Amino acid sequence: MLYREVGQFKTTYAADMAMFPIRQDRVALWLVLLVAFVGIPMLSANQIWPFGSDYLLRAILMPFLILALAAIGVNILVGYCGQISLGSGAFMAIGAYSAYKFGTGVSFPLPFAGFDVSIPPLPMLFSILLGGLMAAFVGILFGIPSLRIKGLYLAVATLAAQFFFDWVFIRVKWFTNYTPSGSVNAPELNFFGFLVNSSIEKYLLCLIFVTVFAFIAKNLVRGNLGRQWRAIRDMDIAAELMGIRPLYAKLTAFAVSSFIVGVAGALWAFIYLGSWEPLAFSIDRSFQLLFMVIIGGLGSILGSFLGAAFILILPIMLDQVPHALGVPISVETVSHLVFIVTGSLICYLLIVEPHGFAQLWSTAKEKLRLWPYPY
Amino acid sequence: MRAPSGGEIASGEVLLAVENISLSFGGIKALSNVSFDIRKGEVRAIIGPNGAGKTSMLNVVNGFYHPDEGRITYRRQTRHRMKPYEAAASGIARTFQNVALFKGMSTLDNIMTGRTLKMRKGVLSQMIYWGASQKEEIEHREFVERIIDFLEIEHIRKAPVGKLPYGLQKRVELGRALAMEPELLLLDEPMAGMNLEEKLDMCRFILTVKDSFNTTIALIEHDMGVVMDLSDRVVVLDHGQKIADGTPAEVQGNKAVIDAYLGVAH
Repeated sequence: MLYREVGQFKTTYAADMAMFPIRQDRVALWLVLLVAFVGIPMLSANQIWPFGSDYLLRAILMPFLILALAAIGVNILVGYCGQISLGSGAFMAIGAYSAYKFGTGVSFPLPFAGFDVSIPPLPMLFSILLGGLMAAFVGILFGIPSLRIKGLYLAVATLAAQFFFDWVFIRVKWFTNYTPSGSVNAPELNFFGFLVNSSIEKYLLCLIFVTVFAFIAKNLVRGNLGRQWRAIRDMDIAAELMGIRPLYAKLTAFAVSSFIVGVAGALWAFIYLGSWEPLAFSIDRSFQLLFMVIIGGLGSILGSFLGAAFILILPIMLDQVPHALGVPISVETVSHLVFIVTGSLICYLLIVEPHGFAQLWSTAKEKLRLWPYPY
Repeated sequence: MRAPSGGEIASGEVLLAVENISLSFGGIKALSNVSFDIRKGEVRAIIGPNGAGKTSMLNVVNGFYHPDEGRITYRRQTRHRMKPYEAAASGIARTFQNVALFKGMSTLDNIMTGRTLKMRKGVLSQMIYWGASQKEEIEHREFVERIIDFLEIEHIRKAPVGKLPYGLQKRVELGRALAMEPELLLLDEPMAGMNLEEKLDMCRFILTVKDSFNTTIALIEHDMGVVMDLSDRVVVLDHGQKIADGTPAEVQGNKAVIDAYLGVAH
């Protein structure tokens, strides 16, 4: 088999502790990056199937990348630190609306002080990152209850964040710059003079964000902070007696997670949606992200991508099946069928492999290493 | 086997002293008025029948329980109560009666977690990893590998600890505690549920830790043979009260201890 580690001896700790210690994994990663960064833009530029129209880029790849980014954020909190959160949608919304405010200029009237606090519109990159930072800040605030409550009770506490911010962004008109309909349009995507307009440019922008944050997340989870998170997740009492402070570990997990989710929210709003209303970040979004992480694999960065692909892309593919086969059923029936099939697939998957795709992948890897021998 | 050497150790400096510790949960008195000390470089056994308050005592020492009364003097610093973080930072490490490893992590990661307090690089450096943070990780990895060699667990370095047999899990847990480079090591039944070979291995590790790492050890153990051979001094608890304190030989002959273990004729 091709997937063998035989002969790959590590002579330094650096090589043993590399992000991808197995050569084949490294090659695969470079291939994926090459296809994503060079292959797809080239196919798209030459209008070669399946990139003849924008459909694949706009309706599948872009949302996949952005939701995978959000899933990485959720995975850091839920998968690595073990703190269940149902407020991810709210943190996406905070990222989106904060980025919107920073991108269109903040003006905060302080009548009692007699002056206004105003910040001119910031460049796009800064407003997106500041959006993430605001989400991180709110994440820390809503993470404080995690020091006292655990598990499902914490999930309910984070649910409060979801409902609170749904309400805030509908009712507090300041956030939507007083637009009468409550829906807002993203400012133009100006990156230091470079205007991001076409689908392929937007796709590449998402790809850059996802790649950078995926590497950062991977570095964090394998380092000292990541070990602290996992220690808190697995046995918080032992962790505490080893000098890990639950306050620090949990709140950093909330901060990093919310930051990434916030950036994903800003990208979702600015790049994918273009114009949006608070409904885009409802509780459905929180559940969707949580399911992605559970199905993909808790505590795995790769799992975040796999989960996002499964939850997002599978229904879209299933939608096409009856039409492609020429089965004459109505669109409505098809969408019901898609729900049924996806739902039962999720159940089946969780029964067969409760630890998600990431575990499935590592089992497969183990099998491949030993092939053709069973052990 | 070694002869108990209470006399020569007795002159050692006191590392930890607990004085008049009382602890109760609701109406149940787990500890009442317990005092003893642990001297630098000794193996101090804490024994007693089930429910005597041995584990509660360790929990008080490393700050997991807060005593109702009493004082804890560690390294000449007197406190009414310890905090877990303070205890860990000032060099008290601990293993648990029921293995408390981080089940989702590998042996290596578990032991690396013991180095947490020694690692200094900030979050930003860890995000970038390459450079300062990688250098730090490798330095600590080298230290951890020495512990792995010492405990003879090289072959399970990368294995998830949740799947390891019990004896090995106990060993990994000892390794995790050793990674903290503790001054005082609290071992809560390190040999529970082990077979004879595993017990012998564990005894060897404990004695080596004591002699070559200069670690002071407080040991809870039910195997009297092990206790008598390993420990320099023994404190005996029963129903939350101290009933005897002295060298293994003294304790062995103590009437109260025999009564506590064998029962009294009525």
